[in-house]
Amino acid sequence: MPTSSMARKKPEWRNSNSVQGNTVSNAIEFQGLCRSFGATRAVDNVDLAIREGEFFSMLGPSGSGKTTCLRLVAGFEYPDAGQILIHGKRGDLLPPYRRDVNTVFQDYALFPHMNVRENVAYGLMVKGVEKGKRHREADTMLELVKLAGYGDRKPAQLSGGQRQRVALGRALINKPRILLLDEPLGALDQKLREQMQVELRALQKQLGITFVFVTHDQAEAMSMSDRVAVFNQGRIEQLATPHEIYYSPKTSFVAGFVGAANILAGDAALAITGQGVQCLIRPEMIKVVPSGVGLPVGWRKVSGVLVDSRFHGASSQLSVLVGDVSLTVEVAGYDFPTRGAQVNIAWAPNALVLLDGSASHG
Amino acid sequence: MAEIALTSNWPLLSRMRSAAGTGIVRRPLLATGLLLAPPLAWFFIVYLGSLVALLAQSFFTLDELSGQIVREFSLDTFRTLLGAASNYDIVLRTVAMAASVTLACAVIAFPVALFMARHAAGHVKALFYLGVMLPMWASYLVKVYAWRQILAKEGVLTWLLDGIGLSSLIDTVLTVPVVGGPSLTSSYIGMFLVFTYLWLPFMILPIQAALERVPTSLDQASADLGATPWQTFRHVTLPLALPGVVAGSIFTFSLTLGDYIVPGVIGAPGYFLGMMVYQLQGTAGNIPLAAAFSTVPVLIMAIYLSLAKRMGAFDAL
Repeated sequence: MPTSSMARKKPEWRNSNSVQGNTVSNAIEFQGLCRSFGATRAVDNVDLAIREGEFFSMLGPSGSGKTTCLRLVAGFEYPDAGQILIHGKRGDLLPPYRRDVNTVFQDYALFPHMNVRENVAYGLMVKGVEKGKRHREADTMLELVKLAGYGDRKPAQLSGGQRQRVALGRALINKPRILLLDEPLGALDQKLREQMQVELRALQKQLGITFVFVTHDQAEAMSMSDRVAVFNQGRIEQLATPHEIYYSPKTSFVAGFVGAANILAGDAALAITGQGVQCLIRPEMIKVVPSGVGLPVGWRKVSGVLVDSRFHGASSQLSVLVGDVSLTVEVAGYDFPTRGAQVNIAWAPNALVLLDGSASHG
Repeated sequence: MAEIALTSNWPLLSRMRSAAGTGIVRRPLLATGLLLAPPLAWFFIVYLGSLVALLAQSFFTLDELSGQIVREFSLDTFRTLLGAASNYDIVLRTVAMAASVTLACAVIAFPVALFMARHAAGHVKALFYLGVMLPMWASYLVKVYAWRQILAKEGVLTWLLDGIGLSSLIDTVLTVPVVGGPSLTSSYIGMFLVFTYLWLPFMILPIQAALERVPTSLDQASADLGATPWQTFRHVTLPLALPGVVAGSIFTFSLTLGDYIVPGVIGAPGYFLGMMVYQLQGTAGNIPLAAAFSTVPVLIMAIYLSLAKRMGAFDAL
């Protein structure tokens, strides 16, 4: 049902927003953007271009500046320096209510004194859309976010996941070309979270609008996004596709923040990998090999002691002590030797990623 | 191990220990009851009990000849109360004053409360709290008499307005029918000013507390959805602060309804409810009629609150 109603809606949505034909243009552009809070440089000279129609994630630990960037786009903060272009037009000088972006808030920010239908219809109400029409549109929107029939409830009567959907519907009612999502899944339990990730991704493809998604959960960012910007201390460490971010991280910060990582540097790096520079090996790229088995050309093999193992179901994580360095190794199932055993581990040449040590922060 | 040994060797001791240790914990109702009993007794006997006694008094009558109170159920006192047209004037006059004072307090208090809740921080906020509370620490009587000095014909206000060449302002204001009068100290305007001054903090604090509970993300969400600042105020901030406004207005309204000092010191000659009760129980010694009179503010507040509820003032609670 929701899909069919959306199929009717989609062309109208696109048309009302179409700009210059089929050239890919930037939805949002940051130019030398700065924002400080006291002595803290929350956003430190950031340049960024988000393409129209992409699912873009801003990933980073708390305090890395990702949320401030989002709030700068929405208009809840104003930059100290630099500018923001929204669809090519200067956006940072406009108040929030004049910007063609809508936000899904972390705490949902639903109006507690209004029912679900009134919440969703709010954007239409302030535009002066007549009551009957805006309530009909709100009901259609509630179908889209799979909450048909919940219109008369108050937000307090809904579960976290349902509130999340109301917030989504409310933000979409104005048919924005850009939707900003500020850690929208943070308060949901794991199962609901994964379900919403799939739905959000599908919704974004269906609507064809730009999603800017802020999260500190790297798995979430990678599974949903077309491109990811990894933030650290107010700067972007790397902006690339999830694949590149994972397999070719530019800095040790990105390597360490996205996925599990063995990061080696200095003498340890030289001893274990044969390379004297900072480098990364993903745990799942390391294989445990029985002694006496021949390896393909170029593979590197070292031996160590299995000091710990953790069973995760589909896989297990092993800690292998090589010299005085502990390496994390991920193996399928529970196929590993007993603790304290001597093990040989090996990896292919392409498993080793050299990191740009100069740009590392940690 | 030690626990097991103890239990098996001295079953009685162990049972006693568990009774003393877990008895009260296992009976939460008993614990709650014991803790609540003294304050509840105080509340029901001293507050509600006295109100019931007051209500009961209003159903007694005063024997005109002997001056004794006849302790028998009768509606005569209420008949006396409702029979005199002048009593309706008193109620109307008092309610009109209480309503205008409440309205003025709400209009003045809201911006102050909004600033305190949303924009003031650190020292500024502390200063505002102090500023709002400080006047409440001074004696109420001193403040009322001080206002008489300020508003008197030869008082501070006249002197000040003379100084800046606006001496005709007071005279012009005093010519307004009904609320005007021979001087500020003997007009409803003067009384209104003093009441508004006295009760303003009682309006600011509840509104501020209500606004403090409204997350700023709601304002941002409203702006994000395209609402202008005025629309945000109208549709989000005000409705959510309304319980605070109603709480504040209960104070300002009922305090004005019952006050008998201000109308005595400042104001036009007409009687107010509080003065009437004061006189009936004092000089006239007519306790039943005084009690009947004092049920009027209770009734008015009940009507006011049910109206506020019907208008959705408490929906955001």
